[in-house]
Amino acid sequence: MSPEHDQTAAPVEVKGLKKSFDGNAVLKGIDLTLARGETLAILGRSGTGKSVFLKLIIGLQQPDSGSIRVEGTETAGLLPERLNEIRKKMGFLFQQAALYDSLTVGENVAFPLRRHSKKSAAEHEELVRELLSSVGMENDIDKLPSEISGGMQKRVGLARALALEPEILLLDEPTAGLDPITAAEIGDLIRGLKEKREISSIVVTHDVEASKAVSDRFVLMADGSILAQGKFEEIERSDNEFVHRFLHGGK
Amino acid sequence: MRRAKSFFVSFFEWFGELGLFCGRLLKSAFVPPFEGRELLSQMDEIRSRSLPLVALAGAATGVVLSLQVSDSLVRFGGKALLPEVIVFSLIKETGPMITALVVAGRVGAGIGAELGSMRVTEQIDAMEASAVDPYKFLAATRVLARVTMLPLLTLAANFCGIVMGWVATTLVEPTSLRLFLHNGFQDVRFEDFLPALAKTAVYGLIIGLVASFQDMRSRGGTAGVGRSATSSVVLSSLFIILADVVMVKLILVLFPYES
Repeated sequence: MSPEHDQTAAPVEVKGLKKSFDGNAVLKGIDLTLARGETLAILGRSGTGKSVFLKLIIGLQQPDSGSIRVEGTETAGLLPERLNEIRKKMGFLFQQAALYDSLTVGENVAFPLRRHSKKSAAEHEELVRELLSSVGMENDIDKLPSEISGGMQKRVGLARALALEPEILLLDEPTAGLDPITAAEIGDLIRGLKEKREISSIVVTHDVEASKAVSDRFVLMADGSILAQGKFEEIERSDNEFVHRFLHGGK
Repeated sequence: MRRAKSFFVSFFEWFGELGLFCGRLLKSAFVPPFEGRELLSQMDEIRSRSLPLVALAGAATGVVLSLQVSDSLVRFGGKALLPEVIVFSLIKETGPMITALVVAGRVGAGIGAELGSMRVTEQIDAMEASAVDPYKFLAATRVLARVTMLPLLTLAANFCGIVMGWVATTLVEPTSLRLFLHNGFQDVRFEDFLPALAKTAVYGLIIGLVASFQDMRSRGGTAGVGRSATSSVVLSSLFIILADVVMVKLILVLFPYES
């Protein structure tokens, strides 16, 4: 545990975050705080920099300017070793699950454990089974990612993100491209997690209905800025025309 | 003029980035945890993928050498030298070179497809997100596996080449294997054999570095993966031949023949 690990600090605190690619500003100064134990949904149209925002938090990309604090530690420009210490506290679910395609489902979930957890191999195996059964995938432990469907891959991705018992969960479109029933199941999983452990999560999505079921607070992003934030009833009352159209299916 | 300029800029940029990449690999290779399991599985992968090909290429080279050289030697009246010429040619140059080019094609393209598609499907990002250094886990292990496996594969190529060289020779003019080997190796010194083998470790380094460097940077979906795999094979083959020029001269200077 790092010396400046601070239980009172917000899990994630972002100030004035800016990022552009080849002169295109994707994020134009985002200020956002994730409270402990909270599930925060970031809503917005595709291509508005929501995924980039998550990747900046876990340090897969570097911001142009602004500050990102995770558990009170500034992550921008941190040494790789220190950054990795912080990454171990975070779980990340990629939009396309990004499972290692040469490893089986079980090995995928075991991958972070084998690298970072001090427990024995038998304990790892036990934990992998537990994680996979919590997402309903325990029967597919020996299958390769290419042999299971997209929805199943996402569930395995979620199990892998949870392997190191993260304090912060970053989910990139957990329900996109899934049928409504599978999407609802994933939603239930995420809600169940929040009740079982005190995980703080950021869910990036364009699925208003699915996020309503799991989130405490909502942020609506457009053109790299935050248009509205608050509880669902609060952003629903916004008189911004775009917010209104987004929440009501383009009408 | 402007195009020429931008070509030069990107040319030096490429080398600059390759240098940074090497630095990053070197740094990660000496910091624990060492990925021993991944290294062994990579070495095994190279063996299973390229040993049959390398053996076949070496055998074919032995046969070709025997046919071509005996034709020339008969003209010059030095037919008795045939075993020696085959052995020297194989262990000093053709064995290492053929092995390196086969492995560059077989395994270089292999890394290309693998790392490239891992990059574009975000698997490399996923690895970083779970606090594992992909440069160490993926690239460093692959480079090191090539450096260690190339000399071994070269030995296999040399062996097959010499045996098949004997077969081709004895079909034309029956000779016992023992006599062939005795004649072939009578003047071989360690200084002929070891530097040439060490040379192949450098080829392995080139194959591993160029292939993993090109592929870790691949962009632009499956087309990008194809491009980076192709370019890594072309570039590593080219660099192997260029490096050979330098190393042959270097070996001749460092290990001169004193009669």
